[in-house]
Amino acid sequence: MMNVETAAEHERVLADLLAGRYPDERGRYGPFGGRYVPETLIPAHERLERGARRWLADPDFQAELNRELSDWVGRPTALSPAPHLSKRWGALVWLKREDLAHTGAHKINNAIGQALLARRLGAKRIVAETGAGQHGVASAAACARVGLPCTVYMGAVDMERQAPNVGRMRLLGATVVPVTSGDRTLRAAIDEALRDWVSDPTATYYLLGSAVGGHPYPYIVRELQAVIGREARAQLLERSGALPDALVACVGGGSNAIGLFHAFLGDRSVDIIGVEAGGRGSGLGENAATLVNGRPGVLHGSYSMLLQDRHGQIQETHSISAGLDYPGVGPEHSLLNSIGRVRYESASDDEALAAVRECCECEGILPAIESAHALAGARRWAALHPGVRILIGLSGRGDKDMLTLTQTLLSQVQAGRP
Amino acid sequence: MTATSPTVAVAPRERIVSALRAAAKHGQPALVAFLTAGFPSRGKFREHLTAVASEADVVEIGVPFSDPMADGVTIQRSSEQALRAGVTLGWILDELGALPPLSTPLLLMSYMNPLLAYGLAALAERAVRVGVCGFIVPDLPFDESEDMRAALAPYGLALVQMVTPVTPPERLAKVAAASQGFVYAVTMTGTTGNSVAAPRDIAEYLERVRAAASVPVCAGFGIRAREQVEALRGMADGVIVGSALVEVLERGESPQQWLATLRPARR
Repeated sequence: MMNVETAAEHERVLADLLAGRYPDERGRYGPFGGRYVPETLIPAHERLERGARRWLADPDFQAELNRELSDWVGRPTALSPAPHLSKRWGALVWLKREDLAHTGAHKINNAIGQALLARRLGAKRIVAETGAGQHGVASAAACARVGLPCTVYMGAVDMERQAPNVGRMRLLGATVVPVTSGDRTLRAAIDEALRDWVSDPTATYYLLGSAVGGHPYPYIVRELQAVIGREARAQLLERSGALPDALVACVGGGSNAIGLFHAFLGDRSVDIIGVEAGGRGSGLGENAATLVNGRPGVLHGSYSMLLQDRHGQIQETHSISAGLDYPGVGPEHSLLNSIGRVRYESASDDEALAAVRECCECEGILPAIESAHALAGARRWAALHPGVRILIGLSGRGDKDMLTLTQTLLSQVQAGRP
Repeated sequence: MTATSPTVAVAPRERIVSALRAAAKHGQPALVAFLTAGFPSRGKFREHLTAVASEADVVEIGVPFSDPMADGVTIQRSSEQALRAGVTLGWILDELGALPPLSTPLLLMSYMNPLLAYGLAALAERAVRVGVCGFIVPDLPFDESEDMRAALAPYGLALVQMVTPVTPPERLAKVAAASQGFVYAVTMTGTTGNSVAAPRDIAEYLERVRAAASVPVCAGFGIRAREQVEALRGMADGVIVGSALVEVLERGESPQQWLATLRPARR
């Protein structure tokens, strides 16, 4: 049981958060965040910070962004009641359908926003990293839309397991560069994108895909993804006249989760649950559950929770879902975890696959394996809280996962196994 | 009495300044040499370090990190291999403790996370005992360096700051003035080991850095040949060689001999 002083401190931090005091002028979310980047990138981060403060609040920019979100991305995305899951779980379930957004996931909200910002800032080219390929596809599409050349760095391991997305990026005009250094997944792709940016920090814009990185990235990504929660909150209130009891999203770097959660942080009656990738076990290297298993440290520009060994070396992670396979997490999630406003849990590879199957069979929706972690966490929450009204962020569609699903779930389904 | 006698109570960071200034008296820039700890061989680390220190004026010892985002392929490769061989910050400090004191000042170059994992206060206390004079932390810009400075200050250890050609003038002046031991003037944008811009393009830049700094200015990134060192004569107090030296060690060649080729004027 937490003592009174700690509880009061948590209340104070939450009040600051709700009052918009994070990130502070140093880019901090309490102790987390900051800007731990090479000196070469400091001017670029400072320019970006000034640009973001100016343009994200600019009515013309907002109008342009909102037009693109509705005409091109297809927003608002649907809020779907899930009657069959509701029945099976003994709960009332709604799904916020980011899988219906253009290019198939929430990533497009951030990609088009940052691409428009890059154009306003006079960038000549865009670089991006991608894990599952969804941010790469979204970036390639957004760059084509705004007319900027795009280079996407992607781990060689991810290129293999997300091959269809590589083809989509190339069709959309992007150059896809395989990353064979480091762990050859998302983390190495970020390292490589940063190296590219270091080489040309003035003309190149780095379109970071998650709520991680040095300030102002976590702020920009949150602002651009917060549309998810704003829409969902309004849709649910209009539809049912009440807030949900619980809100669930998957967390890798944490962009869809921070986007869904933000509008609800002040709704004290709403339990908020973030679900990380539990992989195949709780040992180091067996999962990507950073907030559940990690310790604070510095990676990719910010101070946040990390999966690392006792010498401070970043650990290779495992998740069946490429999009959650990342050893860090956004600094705002670290803060929300530290004050207990959001509860972070994990779901295993097997639980996620079972959730993919259940969602397909019950609701006729093939979710991304990332999003299935949220479904698995929500199912568990519903079992503990009968009758709960639960809103789930369905962050993306699962078409991109067919290769993984063919090797796993599909063989069970075809064999008629339950 | 020599300036390097361990009995003289000189702050470690002043040893760096003295060594660079003494070397630069010969008319050529001082040589600051970088090697990745435990690469290419963990067993030969002390031997390699001693050899490099016998020719260089200051030595930077690279602490391997899993995510060296500011480094090019050579140092990435050396870092990965050293990690696979089990090199840790604790091991490096143990190795340094086992060496007889070197007259050449040593710095540790590390990304922030291994330092945080060790604990900044414990690290400073231990580092000074094994003869380390300062730190270079590529992902710790001046704005985030308060805790690190506070940890190093009681022991007189240097925190070297970097500046780059894209650093705005006002910031450059502030950062150069705050740097301890020397100012690490990156002569190009990009990662370590890539080719360098023509030195005359950077003369004006280095002049600005020197005007702001109260300690020597060393130019680095992409320096691998005598001509480049000579071209920096009169512009920088020292030159930093990293990737090229790591490649020399990787090929099994003599680091002293190779370093000596960089400064003909003294031989």
